Amino acid sequence: MNAVSAQATRDPRGGGHAEHEVVIRLGEVTLTYGSGPAAVTALRGVDLEIRAGELTLMLGPSGSGKTSLLQVMGCLLRPSSGSVHLFDRSLAHADPEHLTALRLRHYGFVFQHYNLFPTLNAWENVAIALDLRGAPRATLREESEALLARLGLGGRGHSYPSELSGGQKQRVAIARALAGSPQLILADEPTAALDGKTGQGMAAELERLALERNCAVVVVSHDPRMLPFADRVLTLEDGLITSDRPGPGATQEPP
Amino acid sequence: MRFPRTHAPLPGTTLLAWRNLVHDRARFLGTLVGIVFSVVLMGAQCGLLVGFAQTASTLIDHTRADLWITAVGTTNVDIAAGLPRRWVFQAREIEGVADATPYTLQFAFWRKPTGGNESVIMVGVDLGRRYGEPWALAEGSVEDLQQDGAVILDRLYMEKLGVTNVGQTIEINNRRARVVGLTSGIRTFTQSPYVFTAADNAHHYTFLPRDQTTYVLVQLDAGADEAAVKARLQARVGTRATVWTRAEFSRQTQRYWLVTTGAGAALLLAASLGLVVGVVIVGQTLYATTIDRLPEYATLRAMGAPNRYLYTVILKQAAISAAFGYALGLLAVGVLAFAMRDGNIALALPPMLVVVLAALTALMCGLGAVVSIRRVLRIDPTSVFA
Repeated sequence: MNAVSAQATRDPRGGGHAEHEVVIRLGEVTLTYGSGPAAVTALRGVDLEIRAGELTLMLGPSGSGKTSLLQVMGCLLRPSSGSVHLFDRSLAHADPEHLTALRLRHYGFVFQHYNLFPTLNAWENVAIALDLRGAPRATLREESEALLARLGLGGRGHSYPSELSGGQKQRVAIARALAGSPQLILADEPTAALDGKTGQGMAAELERLALERNCAVVVVSHDPRMLPFADRVLTLEDGLITSDRPGPGATQEPP
Repeated sequence: MRFPRTHAPLPGTTLLAWRNLVHDRARFLGTLVGIVFSVVLMGAQCGLLVGFAQTASTLIDHTRADLWITAVGTTNVDIAAGLPRRWVFQAREIEGVADATPYTLQFAFWRKPTGGNESVIMVGVDLGRRYGEPWALAEGSVEDLQQDGAVILDRLYMEKLGVTNVGQTIEINNRRARVVGLTSGIRTFTQSPYVFTAADNAHHYTFLPRDQTTYVLVQLDAGADEAAVKARLQARVGTRATVWTRAEFSRQTQRYWLVTTGAGAALLLAASLGLVVGVVIVGQTLYATTIDRLPEYATLRAMGAPNRYLYTVILKQAAISAAFGYALGLLAVGVLAFAMRDGNIALALPPMLVVVLAALTALMCGLGAVVSIRRVLRIDPTSVFA
């Protein structure tokens, strides 16, 4: 079992440190794929609390369970055993439709390959996420353009994914993840497909969002460029959290 | 590929559905061709069915009679048996009857001026009352039938009967007759053209005894209870004859010709085939589009899109395809009906058929969407992390 204590993180409003709300808590979570001799255990009793306002970086070799842990946190997979609490509410009895609704209400996802809709332009990609959350149709475009502008894509709203660079696509994906102001953003290898400078810019962007929006950002990555921006660094090996330490970002004052 | 810019935001499902379709224009075109083919097939077959039905009962539907008295066992208007002519007078005495008149239909042989015979159906009209007079006259008038040996036929059958102009003299059952007028669009289901003539002339040409008729047409008093008068007439004629309302006899005639000839079943079978072909084509193309877009559906699912959102996208794709395909298909059926307007076969396109075709197209596309919906509802949102 990996006991991970609540952490003190920076207060985005005051620049100091304060206790932040626990967004999601995992207790003794195990996850096994398949059954019988072919069964593969991906998580082996993980205890974890993720708090608002911090960027948590999950490191670990391939097959260590990072993505599985992300999927359990993202209500995409049910653990084989153990508990998951979202804002102190147990998800033990939530049915798939309820979990889907929770994802819609509380989560934003950023994927390694962006997963933008190729037939929609940038603002429409963001607007889809707002539309899903029931935002008034009249404000969809304005809100989408505003989110894109915040991510430095003002004026590129009409560009289709095929017309954007990798970094721009990932910014659109982040804008989409931010639509509806989720409390938890889960990012899977968000910088893997980006060049050095762009990847670093993206990491800084995610950290800034965690601070400004006081949301929890969890990033699965192999990318060392993410490290300087992490408030907290978890290392997974063979389905276990083997290390949980403050990241370099936790000691920096916000800009 | 660049799409036209959207100025007014559409609902997300509509936007996705539309873009999914136009993103692969070749496939969308394939879907539309399939739907148009199905709509044309269904529309043409159903239109022919309606056309045949209307043709079969056209004489009944165009008379101003409220009730028909026929010999017992009569199954359709074209094959008639004799009735005592005195029943006309007996019918007039029944309470609620305003008037009654004889109406004769008999097969006869028409000798063409160029040689050879054709079978025709002589329709004897009581010119004093004119309940069953010819309509849609293109040349001549009903009054012209008062002339001795005068007949009116439809111009659709001029060539078949060897008639080149009004005023031409021909022979019916070896008796001289003269064409005094032409109608437009009075078709016959039996392919024996209707030849209208005065009641007396009809007896002359068909050898039907003058104390007989084949039908008694009855008109009711204004406000009379049709069912009650029918019952009284039936009681009066007993088991020797059957009293029908116009609608009943019309339906019976349609049913007889469409069922006994197998025409109805054949047309419905072909229309059903069109529906099946449409379902298969729409199903295949929609499914192919869905499979291409599975990663996007998985992304939507991961983002928290409920089932309803996902299947709405697919149903809207089906609905958009249906709307375009239906419009084009209906246009094609309309052109076909227009092209056949002067032919021996009628392709009818009444408003009800337009509505039925729309419903069938919606059903076809809805069924075609089922497989895609089932696939999308089984999608695993974790596949986005693969």
